[in-house]
Amino acid sequence: MEWLNYVVWAIGILILVWLVIDAFRIETTYDHDLLVSSVEGEIEKEILDHGHPTTPPEGGN
Amino acid sequence: MATEQVAVPSGAAAAPQRLSLLRVLGPMHVWALGVGIVLVGEFMGWNFTVAKGGVFGGLVACWFSGILYSCVAMIDSEVSSTVASAGGQYAQAKHILGPLAAFNIALFIIFEYCMLAAGDSLVVGAIVNSLDATLSPTPFVVLAIAFLAWLNYRGVHTTLTFNFIITAIAFITIFVLIVGAEFWNPGAITQTKELFAQPPGSADPKMPYGWLGILAALQFGIWYYLGIEGTCQTAEECRSAPRALPVGTMSGLITLLVAATMTWYICTSLVNWITLGESVYPLYDAAVNTGKNWLKVVLWIGTVLSCLASANGCINDASRAWFAMGRDQFIPRWFGGVHPRYKTPYRAILFLVPIMIAFGYTGLLDQVITFSIISGCLIYFIMPLNMIRFRRLYPMDSIKRGYVSPFHPLPSYVLWLFVGLTFLAMYFGYWRNLVAALVFYGLCSIWFVLHRFKYVDRAKLYTMPWPRPRGY
Repeated sequence: MEWLNYVVWAIGILILVWLVIDAFRIETTYDHDLLVSSVEGEIEKEILDHGHPTTPPEGGN
Repeated sequence: MATEQVAVPSGAAAAPQRLSLLRVLGPMHVWALGVGIVLVGEFMGWNFTVAKGGVFGGLVACWFSGILYSCVAMIDSEVSSTVASAGGQYAQAKHILGPLAAFNIALFIIFEYCMLAAGDSLVVGAIVNSLDATLSPTPFVVLAIAFLAWLNYRGVHTTLTFNFIITAIAFITIFVLIVGAEFWNPGAITQTKELFAQPPGSADPKMPYGWLGILAALQFGIWYYLGIEGTCQTAEECRSAPRALPVGTMSGLITLLVAATMTWYICTSLVNWITLGESVYPLYDAAVNTGKNWLKVVLWIGTVLSCLASANGCINDASRAWFAMGRDQFIPRWFGGVHPRYKTPYRAILFLVPIMIAFGYTGLLDQVITFSIISGCLIYFIMPLNMIRFRRLYPMDSIKRGYVSPFHPLPSYVLWLFVGLTFLAMYFGYWRNLVAALVFYGLCSIWFVLHRFKYVDRAKLYTMPWPRPRGY
């Protein structure tokens, strides 16, 4: 079963590499200001203004 | 709102936009997060209460901690239903107590969950290694954290739906064990009467060290519920936080109270108290004592799934706290980045992965978990202050709550008392760890006050449209 160690190492490293590559792609494609544009309080404002939150937008999973 | 969240690459002409976390979670996901993090404590750790206080000590610790966490859940549900912001207790403390308290709470949260995730992955490695000695635990530790980080990176909805499934399966395995052990037929498989009886010339299994033993057991009672307070980290991602957080947290706590009591009953009815007090996997050992091989398989699966669910929830929570601190510039603003496609705090997730792996790599399970518990208890110590000041600054008629904590301020005082007793018990067994943790957090606070706080843009620190606090 020792071979399984190498398989598990390989899968783990592949996942980590995918994460780094995707993050690098995002960093080089999008503006920094956009990526850090999130602010606290948007949701509360909506609840206060409309009484009920809006339908979530598409994107992600 | 939808148009605000459609990100475009730099250079493209577009109106001003803003990224935010996706609001897709309901009570089911909140339940999955809370119970998922905690349930591993039923599969291991709680049984050290039996070593210290005997079988009754285990039960007293179970209910004592149940009361402690009921107070935590009540306080958390009320405050977080009005502060629907990532960071949970961090965001609450920022608005109610101030930046230094918020900074400390965020650190407590991050270390509580990072250490717990590392501990969970260590256990996954150890379980795999127990199957076959040629299987090294380290690659499995790395794979567990890498896979769960990937899941968290790709989106919160899938992450917590996955957590719901594996947590539910792990929870059901406890039921399966009780039914498999024929609880309705005492003496056939369960041996409660024999195991609770005092053998001639030996200590009484019920309370071998008297009330002092029960006091010592309290610190391990925390294992039954540690991490349930993490539900409010998802506040910003709930479709309706005022509804989802109280429902998810309270139903999660009820689930855990049932699971904890069932776990105590079935384990003490199947395993001798001395063996149980030293066991690494008490529920699995109980399954072994039934003599049914299929139950061993079921509980093995339950143990692995509970560890994965816990680590998964911990990555989710720690990354939200780190993200929230970055957004407020308590740490570099860069950490407040949101993935334009998946709408997750991807930089925070990526940053914490090597830290979790590094702690997992140490192999020091007891030290890692002890630091996690101490950090958790420090959060519980500040929460009553948060609640009392919250009610004072924002009385009931000033902010609409999704949940109103009953009997205020009683839960706050009970929580203080019980956390104080837990710290006392912890001091007897782990005073070095306790002092080391306090020194570490103290040094971090000094760094924050003397160095970091000057970079914080105070005008952007409080953006929630709350009314002016009473007295200001």
